[in-house]
Amino acid sequence: MKKVKALLTFPPGDIGKPITYHLVKDYDLWVNILHAEIAATKTGKLVLDIEGEEDNIDRAVIFLGEQGVKFRLLNGSVALSEEKCIHCGACTSVCPSGSLYMEKPAWTLVFLKDKCYACQLCVKACPVRAITVTI
Amino acid sequence: MPFKSFDEINQKIREKKAVVVTAEEIKEIVQEKGPGRAAKEVDVITTATFGPMCSTGAFLNFGHSDPPIRMSKVWLNDVPAYGGLAAVDAFIGATELSETKGFEYGGAHVIEDLIAGKKVKLRATSYGTDCYPLREIETWITKESINQAYMFNPRNCYQNCGAATNSSDKTIYTYMGTLLPAFGNVNYSTTGELSPLLNDPLYRTIGIGTRVFLGGAQGYVAWQGTQHNPCQTRGENSVPIGSAGTLALIGDIKEMDTRFIRAAVFEKYGVTMFVGVGIPVPVLDEEMATFAAVRNKDIYTNVYDYSVPSRSRPIISRVSYEELRSGNMAINGRKVPTAPLSSLKVAREIADLLKARIAAGEFLLQEPVMPLPSDSRQKTLEIVEAAEDATASRVGGTREEGSR
Repeated sequence: MKKVKALLTFPPGDIGKPITYHLVKDYDLWVNILHAEIAATKTGKLVLDIEGEEDNIDRAVIFLGEQGVKFRLLNGSVALSEEKCIHCGACTSVCPSGSLYMEKPAWTLVFLKDKCYACQLCVKACPVRAITVTI
Repeated sequence: MPFKSFDEINQKIREKKAVVVTAEEIKEIVQEKGPGRAAKEVDVITTATFGPMCSTGAFLNFGHSDPPIRMSKVWLNDVPAYGGLAAVDAFIGATELSETKGFEYGGAHVIEDLIAGKKVKLRATSYGTDCYPLREIETWITKESINQAYMFNPRNCYQNCGAATNSSDKTIYTYMGTLLPAFGNVNYSTTGELSPLLNDPLYRTIGIGTRVFLGGAQGYVAWQGTQHNPCQTRGENSVPIGSAGTLALIGDIKEMDTRFIRAAVFEKYGVTMFVGVGIPVPVLDEEMATFAAVRNKDIYTNVYDYSVPSRSRPIISRVSYEELRSGNMAINGRKVPTAPLSSLKVAREIADLLKARIAAGEFLLQEPVMPLPSDSRQKTLEIVEAAEDATASRVGGTREEGSR
């Protein structure tokens, strides 16, 4: 058994296919949806924990490609440098997991590593480069 | 007539008897005791901000080499500085990019490295003159090895600033940070009720000559800032709705501290600098106490759609800083996360530090030698075909969101 975290990106308008159903039914995968952004006319995003036989995961990735769904492994680990952080908050509004937030009333940046999907949007959003990814 | 003069307050500061509170603390005092009693009891409030301010830079004088050089082109750690001044004078601007490292290193990083006491590589070229024969120089400098190093920021402390969002279907990268598609987030940049010019909205006490805290050092308001726009629309409390007044600030880099001034990179936009500014505001009378009592719920700004690449971007909605500070706001009936770009935490440290310095008698107030203009308007730049078309004065149509 293998467990991976992945970001699935759907082309705009492609919301008619029951992708997660196929992952479960055809490839015997345990799928846990961590985050979903689906809209009729916009690029769709799904962040998933996927658990199953390695061979099945590999075949599922090929299936996703055939469906026009982009598959990206989220295998990094995000780290926040306390020394560099200036607690501006610029990273908080791009964080889909809620793992980066401003603790009030002190307005101190808090990073909950356990909640992080490693989507890495915060890495680019941080103006003082206090957030890095390690693989 | 005012209750107190600058001189009376300074005398109290010298005697260490001045009552100094932060701009956040006075709000409670005015609410509890009213502006009249608050003005009698409190002498000074300290305001502060720590946000990205692109219009930041420094003048440097390197001293003369032997043989001497009249530097024409100047680089500091491969970042071009402006050398079109006297022989060994240069200006390094915060947003100038490195010729070797691109977006990841720029003028702001050079300034931060100098403040941190690091060695910086100086390279310069010249055409050579009879009095300055050397044509090329490469050496290392520190803030201590050179003569003068003073920050001169043409525009800091924007009095309010537009908030930013993105209606398009693509992520955009702006000086207001990363803006996610389909109104995915809203970014704003101010310390709101702690911000200097929001506590003195009509520039009664902050003017040319005002002594300020700049990046850890004592500095001064040198002039009105660029794009100073006091005629911005104002609410009943005199607080402008959108970007209005600005300050040009000057201060000694050799006395600064990197805790209060930091280089920054905005993805796919460029390099800028977080500048820590603290300004003491004397509570001269009841009106000043009333101004200082302003709350985030009474300070409004507009949210602009930054996906429209135009000078006049569409306004999506008007919102108070209380709502922005809540962590989300409504756009088209949907909850959208909001985030600040300026650090309230560091700004509070500055306000507390300035308060302590004034209370200890180490920081006296300087009465402005000239007020900031109260009637100037921001002009636009028109693209015209011929020189004669450029004569007409164009006023209005301002870029209200407060471009950096």
